[in-house]
Amino acid sequence: MSTTKTDAAEVMSSAPADDTGTGEGPGGPQLGPVGWLRWLWRQLTSMRVALVLLFLLSLAAVPGSLVPQEGSDPVKVQDFVDRHETLGPLYEKIGMFHVYSSTWFSAVYILLFVSLIGCIVPRTWQFVGVLRARPPAAPRRLERMPAHARWSTDAPADEVLAAARRILGRRRFRTGASDGSVAAEKGYLREAGNLVFHIALIVMLVGFAAGQLYMSEGTKLVVEGDGFANNLTQYDDFKDGNLFDRDDLGGFGFTLDEFTGTYERSGPQRGSARDFRADITYWEAGGEEKKAVVSSNHPLEVAGYKAYLTGHGYAPVVTVRDGQGDVAYRGPAPFLPMDGNVTSQGVVKVTDYVGKDGERDQLGFSGIFVPTFEGASATRGMVSAFPALDNPVLFLTAYRGDLGVDSGIAQNVYQLDNERMEQFTDADGTPLAQMMKPGDTMELPDGAGSLTFERIDEWATFQVTSKPGTDLALAGAIAAIAGLSGSLFIQRRRVWVRATPDGHGRTVVETAALGRSESARVAEELGDIAALLHNEAPAVPEQQPEQRPDTDPDTDKERA
Amino acid sequence: MNIAAAANENMAQLSNYLVYSALAVYTLAFLAHIAEWAFGSRSRIAKQSAALTAQEQEAKASAAAPAVTVRAAGGTATLERPKVVTRNRGRDVADGLGAAGEDEKGELLGRIAISLTTLAFLIHLAGVVTRGLSVERAPWANMYEFSTTFSMVAVGVYLGLLAAGKKVRWIGLFLITTVLLDLGLALTVLYTESDQLVPALQSPWLIVHVACAIICGASFYVGAVSSLAYLVRDSYESRLEAGRTMRLSTVWRRLPSAATLDKLAYRVNAIVFPLWTFTIIAGAIWAEAAWGRYWGWDPKETWSFITWVVYAAYLHARATAGWKGRKAAYLALIAFACWIFNYYGVNMFVTGSLHSYAGVE
Ligand code: HEM
Repeated sequence: MSTTKTDAAEVMSSAPADDTGTGEGPGGPQLGPVGWLRWLWRQLTSMRVALVLLFLLSLAAVPGSLVPQEGSDPVKVQDFVDRHETLGPLYEKIGMFHVYSSTWFSAVYILLFVSLIGCIVPRTWQFVGVLRARPPAAPRRLERMPAHARWSTDAPADEVLAAARRILGRRRFRTGASDGSVAAEKGYLREAGNLVFHIALIVMLVGFAAGQLYMSEGTKLVVEGDGFANNLTQYDDFKDGNLFDRDDLGGFGFTLDEFTGTYERSGPQRGSARDFRADITYWEAGGEEKKAVVSSNHPLEVAGYKAYLTGHGYAPVVTVRDGQGDVAYRGPAPFLPMDGNVTSQGVVKVTDYVGKDGERDQLGFSGIFVPTFEGASATRGMVSAFPALDNPVLFLTAYRGDLGVDSGIAQNVYQLDNERMEQFTDADGTPLAQMMKPGDTMELPDGAGSLTFERIDEWATFQVTSKPGTDLALAGAIAAIAGLSGSLFIQRRRVWVRATPDGHGRTVVETAALGRSESARVAEELGDIAALLHNEAPAVPEQQPEQRPDTDPDTDKERA
Repeated sequence: MNIAAAANENMAQLSNYLVYSALAVYTLAFLAHIAEWAFGSRSRIAKQSAALTAQEQEAKASAAAPAVTVRAAGGTATLERPKVVTRNRGRDVADGLGAAGEDEKGELLGRIAISLTTLAFLIHLAGVVTRGLSVERAPWANMYEFSTTFSMVAVGVYLGLLAAGKKVRWIGLFLITTVLLDLGLALTVLYTESDQLVPALQSPWLIVHVACAIICGASFYVGAVSSLAYLVRDSYESRLEAGRTMRLSTVWRRLPSAATLDKLAYRVNAIVFPLWTFTIIAGAIWAEAAWGRYWGWDPKETWSFITWVVYAAYLHARATAGWKGRKAAYLALIAFACWIFNYYGVNMFVTGSLHSYAGVE
């Protein structure tokens, strides 16, 4: 780093110098393979390329917000593919439906981070070098610096310089002296902050990556009174990162004691959810049972996992009797909500059924549950008018035959595959369908059995996740903000003081300041320092014949 | 409906009246600013003093604070404080005189405009506070509330800068125009009845995250106006330098100099950038508490990220030779456009956002 150039402000940046076309440019025939590699590397780690890569990264992120993404909305993706015959497959090929894990998006950010590392390493060494070295000596022509002051004094030159060192030292400048001048520098924290910030970006990325590789995430629907234990078989739905070891699952479980939802009862937003809470009892491996409340913004944190409350609904509790009058099934059947007022759809499957004549068979019931029934609409059928249990009604039709649960094909528990089933009908041949309130019973024709709607339990879905990199990413984020603030709010600046005997028994004091970027504060600071120095080396009128016209105070006016 | 609810309803009604009144007073301030600019264009002195003082870098050196006093002390003239001479690099042009030029009527109208703006701001503030009281929470949970609070903070920042003696009065007309648009949009398209929050929004991180977003937006707005003004003023200056003229030059010459505008834009954006970074992180923490993942590339998150990256590109551009000046200013404008799109565009054109306050009802 040299400061003898006029463009010293440029030199103060420890930013890697950009290739401005000088030196060995590209395309020179004398460049060997190593030369090319060197050139490529220098390009990649230049500020200009970093800038272009940053811009590319933001551009590359755009499509993911406009095209549906598999990760967040697979249904919409399917819909999109169905609707766009040519665009669909094309998008599929170029990864448009999973932009943030696509090759091209990864390529941009990997290049950016390679560039970042290539940028940080040399800059760190440079910075260490700067910290070790003394501030660079005063440039020859101090009056060319952005802020400058000079006066003559009777004090001898070495006293002036000693005073300057003292004053600058007290203001926590690092100082160095060379023949006839003092050089001082301050604000190294800017550089340090900048390095911390860029390193923190890498730490954050590592945190994200670890989170992706070691994460596990699963969902589980739990009805009031039921429990969950953290192992693979218990999840309704589970995905994990490449390096997650599924044998590591475990360590805790819980029982859902009660779910409570409260809703706005009046006003324009009647029916909007106000509060959801799940009262649970949980246990940790080797620990005792404890009570806890899980609500919308407050997950349960246990054994390195977090369990979030992500959904809720109703589960009509039914008792099904078979043709013999025996209980063939008793329990809650979770119905899945279809709208904000929790109009829900669901099925009851009875696999152990014995008919009136002793034959083994299966039963299936499917239908709609509404928590608040205010009459069926002609166009939309049964819809709920309010999400709370004000007037619950269950509407079911019944089938008998093969449920298909033994077919080996994965089956959705919440849907009825009635292909090989026969619908029960009334005496006049219309399909059997019945609307029930709690306590009501639906009799199947010909003594085939009955279904009693006992009561309603609530259920909640929990998302159980573990993301080990989160803390690292958070630490990186905090370091990034701290570093960034240091880097943006601290000025790195240099101050020089030169004292030269003028040959008439007096000393000419010259001082100048240079900031990393132009700033009025540098001039103010220099003013303060000069004033302090002036106290120790007071000015005497300078015998200068030519008064510089522009130092006339009147020029102040035009700035006002 | 119980008594408390009725009181809240009255409070909400009062809030609406206040916001409408603020809109009316802002309109008066707007007219006063227009008149200020109109009168200012007559000012002859303004024309003369704004004539470009194009100089070679070498020759020009202007004095800056601290000022010099020469005092007689014991018969010898002593400098009490040495005078610091500053040198600017690049073009050295004085700032324009502001909207009013040196026209007295223009100046008076400008002062009236500021007084009206202050009055409107107080009414606006009262409107936002009563809204908050009526819903018993921070008043920024839907787009209507976000918009009204946003413009209030923008005006507050502006008045604060004025009170601190910064020369930003020229922004007045731009600002009030935007505030009128924003409030008009809020009261018509975005209006939402006052109400409490859906559970996912009931978190202290909401207050932190959205409050920071509002402050960032209001400040980025000031930065964007400065960048825009810089671009125009820069062309104006370089044309004058080349001895050519430019349309509407009566307006441009009253703006601060290109260097001043550029510096203002950079300062504002640089100061806000760490806060914007924090806003995004606070949002991620909230997302983690509410949805079980801190980053999911939801459209709002994606556009916050894009905005952040473009502002980072702008800061890099400022530090890169060949990208300083106009190119960097374009980046700053693109970044602000991303911010605006994130706020209005994502809510209105992109579906599938989990951010439930995105709802326009
Ligand atoms: C991963 C993406 C990156 C982001 C988000 C980012 C962000 C930033 C920000 C916000 C600043 C402003 C701080 C300041 O002005 O002091 C900055 C400065 C800087 N960045 Fe980056 N950066 C990134 C990558 C890089 C890369 C790849 C390089 C190297 C080629 C680099 C080199 C620099 C340098 C040298 C400065 C200091 C400029 C100055 O002296 O003012 N950055 N960066």
